[in-house]
Amino acid sequence: MEERRVNVTVNGEPKVADVEPRMLLAHFLREVLGLTGTHIGCDTTNCGACTVNFDGKPIKSCTMFAVQADGHEVETVEGISRASELHAVQEGFKEEHGLQCGFCTSGMMMTAKALLEENPNPTEEDVRWALSGNLCRCTGYQNIVKSVLWAAEKMRSEAAVRR
Amino acid sequence: MAQALDEIKIGGLGSSRKRVEDDRFLRGKGNYTDDFKLTGMLHMEILRSPVAHARIKSVDTTKAWQIPGVHMVLTGEMAAQHNLAWMPTLSYDTQAVLATDKVRFQGQEIACVVADDPYIAKDGCEAIEVEYEPLPAIVNPEQALASDAPLIRDDKVGQNDNVCYRWEVGDREGTERAFAQADKISTLRLHYPRSHPSPIECCGSIADYNPATTKLTVYMTTQAPHIIRSAVALVAELPEHMIRIISPDIGGGFGNKVPVYPGYVASILCSILLGRPVKWIEDKTGNLTSTGFARDMYIEGQLALRNDGKILATRFHADTDNGAFFSDAQPSKFKIGLFHSAFGCYDIPYGYQTAQGTYTNKAPGGVAYRCSFRITEAMFFQERMIRAAAFDLGMDQAEFRRMNLVKDDDFPHRTPFGFLLDSGQYEKCLDVALDAIGYQDFLREKEEARSRGRRLGIGISTMSEPLGAGNSREYDIIGIKMFDAAELRVHPSGKAILKIGAKTQGQGHETTFAQIVTHELGIPAPDIVVEHGDTDNTPYGMGTYASRSTPTAGAATAMVSRKIRAKARKLAAHLLEVSEEDVEWELGRFYVRGAHDRGVTIQDCAMAAYSNMPDGLEPGLENNAYYDPPNLTWPFAAYIVTVEVDPETGVWDVLRMVAVDDCGVRINPMIVEGQIMGGMTEAYAMANMQFITFDADGNCVGSNYMDYLLPTAWETPGFELHEVTTASPHHPIGAKGVGECAAVGGPAAFVNAVMDAIDDTGVRNIDMPLLPDRVWEAITYKRDVSGAPPVKTD
Ligand code: FES
Ligand code: FES
Repeated sequence: MEERRVNVTVNGEPKVADVEPRMLLAHFLREVLGLTGTHIGCDTTNCGACTVNFDGKPIKSCTMFAVQADGHEVETVEGISRASELHAVQEGFKEEHGLQCGFCTSGMMMTAKALLEENPNPTEEDVRWALSGNLCRCTGYQNIVKSVLWAAEKMRSEAAVRR
Repeated sequence: MAQALDEIKIGGLGSSRKRVEDDRFLRGKGNYTDDFKLTGMLHMEILRSPVAHARIKSVDTTKAWQIPGVHMVLTGEMAAQHNLAWMPTLSYDTQAVLATDKVRFQGQEIACVVADDPYIAKDGCEAIEVEYEPLPAIVNPEQALASDAPLIRDDKVGQNDNVCYRWEVGDREGTERAFAQADKISTLRLHYPRSHPSPIECCGSIADYNPATTKLTVYMTTQAPHIIRSAVALVAELPEHMIRIISPDIGGGFGNKVPVYPGYVASILCSILLGRPVKWIEDKTGNLTSTGFARDMYIEGQLALRNDGKILATRFHADTDNGAFFSDAQPSKFKIGLFHSAFGCYDIPYGYQTAQGTYTNKAPGGVAYRCSFRITEAMFFQERMIRAAAFDLGMDQAEFRRMNLVKDDDFPHRTPFGFLLDSGQYEKCLDVALDAIGYQDFLREKEEARSRGRRLGIGISTMSEPLGAGNSREYDIIGIKMFDAAELRVHPSGKAILKIGAKTQGQGHETTFAQIVTHELGIPAPDIVVEHGDTDNTPYGMGTYASRSTPTAGAATAMVSRKIRAKARKLAAHLLEVSEEDVEWELGRFYVRGAHDRGVTIQDCAMAAYSNMPDGLEPGLENNAYYDPPNLTWPFAAYIVTVEVDPETGVWDVLRMVAVDDCGVRINPMIVEGQIMGGMTEAYAMANMQFITFDADGNCVGSNYMDYLLPTAWETPGFELHEVTTASPHHPIGAKGVGECAAVGGPAAFVNAVMDAIDDTGVRNIDMPLLPDRVWEAITYKRDVSGAPPVKTD
């Protein structure tokens, strides 16, 4: 099949590749760029394991073609921490035991990060609603919700210090 | 003055230390099977049957072979040439790897295509032409047993009907006598619907056969790598020492990743034939339609009751729908798992159980979905029956339980089906739960609400679940006894590596098993690394399912640590220049009796093991232990749920959910609570929405996440957790299994709550899941609602 050129910024770095038009963005990230932190858990856009942030908004990368990302910015789980320092959302998941098998975790965190960027002070209900496109089979969600609220709190106090 | 170590601070028993596995997962650096990329690796996809029952007239692969990038098209005929068209199951039946004669369920594997990438492999599957001659489909035991039913397993010599096993246990005559003396007999019939464990990660494997060394390495999503290695050796007739199974990070298992699936076998065969690594990653539809399902059981039973509330006997029968092949993953000599654990926590003198399995045109599997082999059905039936009996007697459901529960001083208690319950404080657990929910207040609230037209309900479920198979006397899988093992090596600097035969799928073994070593040796948990999942580098073990890791591999870890301590004691005596008898132990340190300050640490002993051993003592500080538990462990749980049912729509909302778990000594309370909440969510899911059903043609309804509903963060209720601790009398650190209790005992609490909310309608049962239309139908027409397939799909 004929290949098409894709120019996409991934985790702040420009990437160029020639791919088949039918290649899904999730496969592009995993197979072409080797970013296997983005997972694939279903065929029907239901599980959210593949969630990445696309121009700052959470999207399901299994439901977009790589060629559609041409000219856009994608952020994956690999891009949210700096060196040894974890992002507040990642810390929150560790502190509140928000993950077990870890398979849903990248997607959960990407959704949570986008939520907190938009709404720094969410209620439990806000968090549950925001995460309702991401399935987890291990945790029962309660600790995931706590993790996100923990991160919100931490991000707010950091912002207060900066001011 | 030497300070005693603070066990909690160094990550020992009872410490909620944060998980070590999190660091890689949080950064997207986990290593799941699909994340591996081997040099020269090809990709395999499976062509599945679109129909449930049909004779295969022809399979034409010509066009698939012509697609550029396709390396292999494997059919059943080709697999048969290598004696691999069929494989044995864990329940002593056979299962087709790739269909040759007939397809027996929708989604069955017909052929595989291996290509340069998965897209081309899928193109290849689409290019295969299969001609089917349709046969009538059977989707429930009743149809299977009809005299004119088509024979599903015509491949089996001597099989003349669709029955796959018959089973009975208990004292039939004693039970009949007890029933004859009963004041009242309470009856219940229900269907526990077919469900699927459905971890978010599907199954997959990368088979890497190296023609130069003849070694086969398989990366795969398996909860039981050692058993898989033995099975591959037997099935594919390969030498066991030339097989290495690596089970890397697993994205959830819940029993789904215990069996051997055709995809694994086909990827191995393709790799051997092509001499290149072959990766197979299943899609969700493949996972939901072909791999190990759970439940699908029809149960009818009775309790013999005395008017004062005493239960005299129980008798019940189960019909299981086993699908096209009897491939239940369970201890091989039990045909319906540990279903006879039902009613164990109640003091009932007599019991008799029968069961019968049927072949149907549905996926095979019968896995222990977050449960210890069919005990989920057992406990569900038990707790639904207990509620029905209390209702029939006009007794309070809590008091009825209290009266019949095994008392604290009655242990050990032998059940009428032969189990030996060894410990517990059942009444206390019930009281903690009743107290937490505010039982009496809620009953008043319920009455008051009812008078204003609102329907509130409260459901209780109390149960003791046998977890941690074996012992080896009773439990084996294809002849291999259900023990487990651990290997511990302490390095010169006092850091250690622990290797276990169990395999985590999210339970946090890398964190908690180190804590057991810390408890036994005083080596800080961060100084211990836990290895698992690679058969070349870990001792033999039966794997992780049925909540058996802590009871078995956890016990082996404690025992090997004690062996290490025994040797360290000799080294300590040598270093302290006293005789071994004069050496005392406290956490992490030996000292001279009567001179507490004269001591050496476990780290000092480790160094001495390599640098300064006494004459005659073997160097090094490592050992192993194989542990055969004397009994199962017996956790107990009391779950209480309150709900409000909307009579206009049949929708019900959970008001509160209280869980009291007694799982013995908790190694890491944070992780235990995580397990309980996960299990409780699955219980809620089964009661509320999650099931797989079939239409009359055998089409699977629930073959993807649009039809197979799983609860999200939005619907899932919040949980209130409480604990009671009764140590296991035989486990070396007093722990019991826990990972599954809530999923096992939870569903009945939800259903009982809804039944309580409609207790004025005369309805005895609504089959799970309690979908709004079923609840509405029950309330509106005052009748029981069955959920048995076939469903109407138009
Ligand atoms: S993989 Fe499930 S939503 Fe993308
Ligand atoms: S942690 Fe396993 S699916 Fe969420």
